Amino acid sequence: MTENTEEKRLRFVKTDNPPFWVKPLIPILALVGTFILTSGLIMMANANPFEAYYYFLLAPLGNKVSILEILVKSTPLIITGVAVTYAFSTGYYNIGAEGQLYAGAIAGTWIGMSAHGMPSFVALPLMILGGFAAGVAWALIPALLKVKLAVDEVVTTLLMNSIMAYIVSAILNGPWRDPNSGWPQSPEIAPSAVFFKLVPRSRLNFGFLVAVALVLILWFVMNRSTFGLKMRAVGLGKPAAKFAGIKVNRTILIAALISGGIAGIAGVAEVAGIHFHLISEISPGYGYTGVIIATLGSLNAFGVGLAAVFFGLVDTGAQTLGRALGVPVYLGEVTQATMLLVALGMLLLQRYRIRRM
Amino acid sequence: MFIVDMQKITKIFGELLANDHVDFQLRKGEIHALLGENGAGKTTLMRILYGLYQQTTGDVFINGEKAIIHSPKDAIKYGIGMVTQHFALVPPMTVAENIVLGYTDNIILDQDSIEQKVGAAAKQFGLEINPKSIVRHLSVGQRQRVEILKALYRNASVLILDEPTAVLVPQEVDILFETLDRLRNDGLSVIFISHKLDEVTKITDRVTVLRDGKSIGTVNTCDINTRQLAAMMVGRDTFGVTRQTDINPESKTILEVENLSVLDDKGLPAINNLKLSIREGEILGIAGVGGNGQKELAEILCGVRIPTSGSIKIDGTNLVGKDPLEFSKLGMGRIPEDRHEGVVGDLTVYENLSLEYLDEFTNKGVLDRKTIRNNAENLIKKFQIKAKPTDKIKTLSGGNMQKVLLARVLSRQPKVLIVPQPTRGLDVGATEYVREQLLEQRNRGAAVMLISEDLDEILCLSDRIAVMFEGEIVGTINTQDATPEKLGLMMSGALREVA
Repeated sequence: MTENTEEKRLRFVKTDNPPFWVKPLIPILALVGTFILTSGLIMMANANPFEAYYYFLLAPLGNKVSILEILVKSTPLIITGVAVTYAFSTGYYNIGAEGQLYAGAIAGTWIGMSAHGMPSFVALPLMILGGFAAGVAWALIPALLKVKLAVDEVVTTLLMNSIMAYIVSAILNGPWRDPNSGWPQSPEIAPSAVFFKLVPRSRLNFGFLVAVALVLILWFVMNRSTFGLKMRAVGLGKPAAKFAGIKVNRTILIAALISGGIAGIAGVAEVAGIHFHLISEISPGYGYTGVIIATLGSLNAFGVGLAAVFFGLVDTGAQTLGRALGVPVYLGEVTQATMLLVALGMLLLQRYRIRRM
Repeated sequence: MFIVDMQKITKIFGELLANDHVDFQLRKGEIHALLGENGAGKTTLMRILYGLYQQTTGDVFINGEKAIIHSPKDAIKYGIGMVTQHFALVPPMTVAENIVLGYTDNIILDQDSIEQKVGAAAKQFGLEINPKSIVRHLSVGQRQRVEILKALYRNASVLILDEPTAVLVPQEVDILFETLDRLRNDGLSVIFISHKLDEVTKITDRVTVLRDGKSIGTVNTCDINTRQLAAMMVGRDTFGVTRQTDINPESKTILEVENLSVLDDKGLPAINNLKLSIREGEILGIAGVGGNGQKELAEILCGVRIPTSGSIKIDGTNLVGKDPLEFSKLGMGRIPEDRHEGVVGDLTVYENLSLEYLDEFTNKGVLDRKTIRNNAENLIKKFQIKAKPTDKIKTLSGGNMQKVLLARVLSRQPKVLIVPQPTRGLDVGATEYVREQLLEQRNRGAAVMLISEDLDEILCLSDRIAVMFEGEIVGTINTQDATPEKLGLMMSGALREVA
């Protein structure tokens, strides 16, 4: 009898318990994978891939100005990542953070414009609460459709984003059009409604503190509160949660509304911290990136925070790269997108082991 | 020469050794039983033969030649057919369409000609079935016949039947056995997977016994009796947990169910005007072939399905319209039929143990982690659960998972206990443990409803037995008056009786 060589080959076998050293290895492997995939393109742009990656990932960490800029860029991403995590943990796939962010931005701008003569310690909490409430309101319709009529929330939350984009456009071209310039942008918010700077002569502001607080609150709610356990139980095993007497629909509804509210705060932070007025380009898709960040952070509070800061780094690095090597800025975006796909692939593959059989 | 010769087959799933160097030989024209308990590796071995799994090591020879079987398609090419427990039929299609599905290369389907061919084949193999019937309208026994015909139509010379009698009433079993007997005489080789000793001794020529993934041996059926087979199967003389005492005739009724009706997921009536009651310290066994409304009944009594009419009373309090949490609080101890729908696999043992009574483990909205941990440690000790509190539930064996569910419920000393299929898929040790616990609850004074498809389990534990057929209770008898024959007739709807 001859040895059957065909039967022995490397196969992927699913495993529930990946060894402990797999997790830290993922970012490194993702980086190597991305480097291999993108170095060809970088060479086509007449640049050295090693040099490019230095500017992309290491140079931004080398000076204070760009480190602060990384934190500024990650602020809205942390907030939307946290927002999406509440919903996803409960098994409610809220893709509507983008629209909820703009709802919060509208409310924040409105309160900010009306805050003339109001002290900051009143105006800022009021704006945050207002943004939260507006986000909740915008999340309410899809959430109710989900729990009352079982309408798929992925579709409804996504469509609500388009509706919100047109509402913003209508407001900016209508009642709030800047009377002086005629541009579709709202009048500026009151100076007392502007988020104060954390570091002078930088863009880093109070919004970053809000984001950090939201991460800590997320951790506490998910790991220490009874409602957090209910959300996780519903998200991980709906039938079992129902069987144990947890009010599944109520839990989903509340999680969906919290998610919308927090996304609304991201809108307030952008208006009050960065732009000081409402424009239709407040968010280049922060709400959608929040979905990616929540997934990349494995729905874990600190994972989400880290993933958001990493995105901030990559964002900053893409600009540094363009400036330093004269390659198109788009190359940075290509690299960013590639890295994302590779990282998501890695997250999927960590659940498998390779076996010779 | 053997028609099928499996040599030293080993199959590993993750950490689990499902088959350990198993040898299996099938002769032409024999019915060969593959006997073993749940989890012994019978189905795994046959799935390897049918190409659904690939063996980790070992070789398969068909008619003396080495066979490499990567998929059921390869298996069919080698003349192997398999009828699984869950039929692979398309309900809205006709019998003839189901049989040629995936086995015809014609672009245009000529209904008349396939019906003729299938009809001729049915006649040839003596499998009485109308090729024009819509599968949805067929009984389970008829559907099984379609599956067998499908395999034979594809020129199978080896037929694998995976627990074919599990879904049949006794009368249908007889018909199946007659068919198999005739097919054997025509030269077909049949592999009969079972854990029922009486069936194995009745129909088969040889038996291969598997235990814990290993082959214990192959014997001629005529050389061995059921006791010896049982000993091979479990590795020791069988002994069971049985009810010892009679019920106190003066004990009062605790659970009363009246006029209960409900629709199933397809909107068809699943339960009609069902009425039953259970007394303090009594186990009421609910017998019946699967799919006669037992699942829906259990779900209603667990509070996760809402009846269209009727009442459920514990000590006179009506539970209908309340949510599962209130069911628990009013003394309804509930265990789900599917264990995986009772525990959240990705949560830990201690979290799952607290899930049903979260308000008692909460202090101002924050989890009282110390109490939750203590509770878990106590229950793990008391119910001999082999796990750490921080283990994820999904890493536990079925028996330990069931113990977690039992612990969660029994620690509350419920007045009523609803246990649908409590030992399904458990090994002997865990099964006995669960049965002991049920009897202990009965002796404590709980009213226990045991829904089971395992007649032996019902007969050895129940005080009274109610038989369900097509959503109704067709009879309730005292256990001392119950015989398997009588229950079989009631389960097939042929006999109605009220005690």
